[in-house]
Amino acid sequence: MEAKKSIRLLITRQNDLHSPSYEEEFLVPYRPNMNIISALMEIRKNPVNAKGEKTTAVVWESVCLEEVCGSCSMIINGKPRQACSTLIDKLEQPIRLEPLKTFPVIRDLMVDRERMFEALKQVRAWIPIDGTYDLGAGPRMPEKTRQWAYELSKCMTCGCCLEACPNVNQKSSFIGPAPLSQVRLFNTHPTGAMNKEERLAAIMGAGGITACGNSQNCVEVCPKGIPLTTSIAALNRETTLQSFRNFFGG
Amino acid sequence: MGQGLTENFWRKLHSLSGVIPVGVFLTFHLLLNYSATWGEASYNAASSFMMNLPFKIVLELFVIFIPLIFHAVYGVYIALKSKNNVNRYHFFRNWSFFFQRLTGFIAFFFIVWHVWETRVQVAFGAEASFSMMHDIVSNPISLILYIIGIVSAVYHFTNGLWTFLITWGITVSPQSQKIFQYISIGAFILLSFVGVRAIFAFV
Repeated sequence: MEAKKSIRLLITRQNDLHSPSYEEEFLVPYRPNMNIISALMEIRKNPVNAKGEKTTAVVWESVCLEEVCGSCSMIINGKPRQACSTLIDKLEQPIRLEPLKTFPVIRDLMVDRERMFEALKQVRAWIPIDGTYDLGAGPRMPEKTRQWAYELSKCMTCGCCLEACPNVNQKSSFIGPAPLSQVRLFNTHPTGAMNKEERLAAIMGAGGITACGNSQNCVEVCPKGIPLTTSIAALNRETTLQSFRNFFGG
Repeated sequence: MGQGLTENFWRKLHSLSGVIPVGVFLTFHLLLNYSATWGEASYNAASSFMMNLPFKIVLELFVIFIPLIFHAVYGVYIALKSKNNVNRYHFFRNWSFFFQRLTGFIAFFFIVWHVWETRVQVAFGAEASFSMMHDIVSNPISLILYIIGIVSAVYHFTNGLWTFLITWGITVSPQSQKIFQYISIGAFILLSFVGVRAIFAFV
């Protein structure tokens, strides 16, 4: 009889933000077509490490399981990616899982991406249409614009771009590529464009657009293939023109 | 909001100052040095023209020293805020990002040393001439340091030209960035040749 195949997982674990991290190895029975999440679910069913010792189940975060929510980001074999869309069959073993380093760890592979949501608030990544009466239909968006704007709307705030960016770290206040690209998205929307200056003003301050150092790692690691560096360059043009308007008028 | 002297203003000024005037000055300086390959007399004639420009101190101050010191000091501050990760992400642009900061530091120390050995000594009464440079680079260690310094400064300028075009929002499309990447590499090779060939002419 053929020996039962198993998957070797090396997981960086941590009990909470202030505890030291440690590595634990797991052997998970192999099934075809598994992803990282299903391997983690096997550990949850039977939390025994590779030495045969009983341990606590590994904690991670996931919601949609189809690469649209962004919550299962982790470092898999050295690269930030989504655990749901990363297939075991396509990975080299042992598989190393680490939490994203850019964000505070809540427990094991689960991190707190709050800073990204704060950044979205800071840059006003929404279209303000609430009021006391019906404003009616807004202006239409040209189809050609809609096509590329749709690509920007795929951002799921997963944090992979922040993780890969050398300028997003504890020493810097850079908000990172994802919220910048959202500024371009909402400034492109015909109704959103009515509040364009507010969003540009928000990214012209400290930690904004010019904290980018053009390493262009973000566009390489984005799981949704969002043209982040094109967004940043386009916003560079917008903020340059805005600063001329601010000073010279017009 | 977003008005006045924002980070956007200072960072874009920093990027611009690296090209105009510092990068233009670097190019001009290396081209002037190249006259040394035509012989000692040619170089001395070219440098004495520069030495005898009217309002030289004002030109030096506003075209060279103030922009250069601003670019250098603010650049060190920017570089210290980044956390390089080339060990993890081996992309071409990420290496360029790393080398941009590394060559910035090398150029910083090289220029301080170079200004001390040349311009400051001239202020103390030495004569700026072919023989002054000959005395410096006839020491093989100095020659090696000069070559490293020149190539680093040229890399920092030509790669900085590429990032300047993005920082100011001129090259937005990936295609334009790619074409200017080739132009930047071409400029690096040409200017390095000019700079290194010239320094060998002094040996």
